[in-house]
Amino acid sequence: MFFKFELNYIFMESIFNPWPWYISGPLIAIVMALLLYFGKTFGMSSNLRTMCTIAGAGNFVDFFNFKWKDHLWNLTVVLGAIIGGFIAVQFLSNNSDTDLNPTTIIELQNMGFNTPGATLVPNEMYSLSVLANPKALAVLVIGGLLVGFGTRYAGGCTSGHAITGLSSLQKPSLIAVIGFFIGGLIMTNFILPLIF
Amino acid sequence: MKALKFLLVGIFLGIVLVKSEAVSWYRIYEMFRFQSFHMYGIIGTAITSGILFLQISKKGIIKNNKGADIFVPKKKNGLTRYIVGGIIFGLGWALVGACPGPMYILLGTGIWSMLIVIAAAILGTFIYGLLKNKLPH
Repeated sequence: MFFKFELNYIFMESIFNPWPWYISGPLIAIVMALLLYFGKTFGMSSNLRTMCTIAGAGNFVDFFNFKWKDHLWNLTVVLGAIIGGFIAVQFLSNNSDTDLNPTTIIELQNMGFNTPGATLVPNEMYSLSVLANPKALAVLVIGGLLVGFGTRYAGGCTSGHAITGLSSLQKPSLIAVIGFFIGGLIMTNFILPLIF
Repeated sequence: MKALKFLLVGIFLGIVLVKSEAVSWYRIYEMFRFQSFHMYGIIGTAITSGILFLQISKKGIIKNNKGADIFVPKKKNGLTRYIVGGIIFGLGWALVGACPGPMYILLGTGIWSMLIVIAAAILGTFIYGLLKNKLPH
């Protein structure tokens, strides 16, 4: 009886704590596998194009002229992802900090980020009070523009290229992922220190 | 009922990416500074499991829900669009710390300013559509 309780306790602890990478990676692959099983494909950035079409972009640009209702399934995945994010923080977390490398924490503190790892995203960038600051607002807008433009130019994002494309051993996806990393390395190592 | 399974897959994705901390801005920073194995471990095991699944399904052991072979759409061959588009995407990814999946998930965790990033990303996609025919692919 006591042993069973112990096991339950350990199990629940493991759910509430952050999940290790060797559990998380395969679970992401399961998402890809499920969508392929349902005859679809794992690609989150396509939704941005669909949203353009719903907003009427097809009237101006032919690229957005397609039957968006065929992509309703993917928008449903988006809705689920929003709900999933809510469930994870409300019911499946214990508010433990992200276990960052101590070097990372010191580095970020020197850049002016006060509580690295205490939240999922820095308050210095995302709290509603910093939005009044034009610089903070510009960072979010420019970042979003780059992601939206780049992902469609490259024909996919982390889910479509890095997970699905590399899992299916496609060369274009390998090139795109190398691009993702070049861009990411430049931003984090050379541009971020200039901004913050 | 048809929509429900996609909703559930989305919920599962949202939970996994929050619990794995893959939606953490800090984890993305740490990855691009080579200061932690965590993100490389996630991406590496995801791809390894994905390869395994697709190789097994290639042998015809796993079929889709309609009984047909598992099908992964092929990306067109090319270089410029993948490398240039990829770099532009990477710059944005490392800046806001979120790619097109985590954007929505983070919104669900209660980060309302993510709506600005999402709106900007939609606009970015629209700009790509405008310039598509003028860009090298």
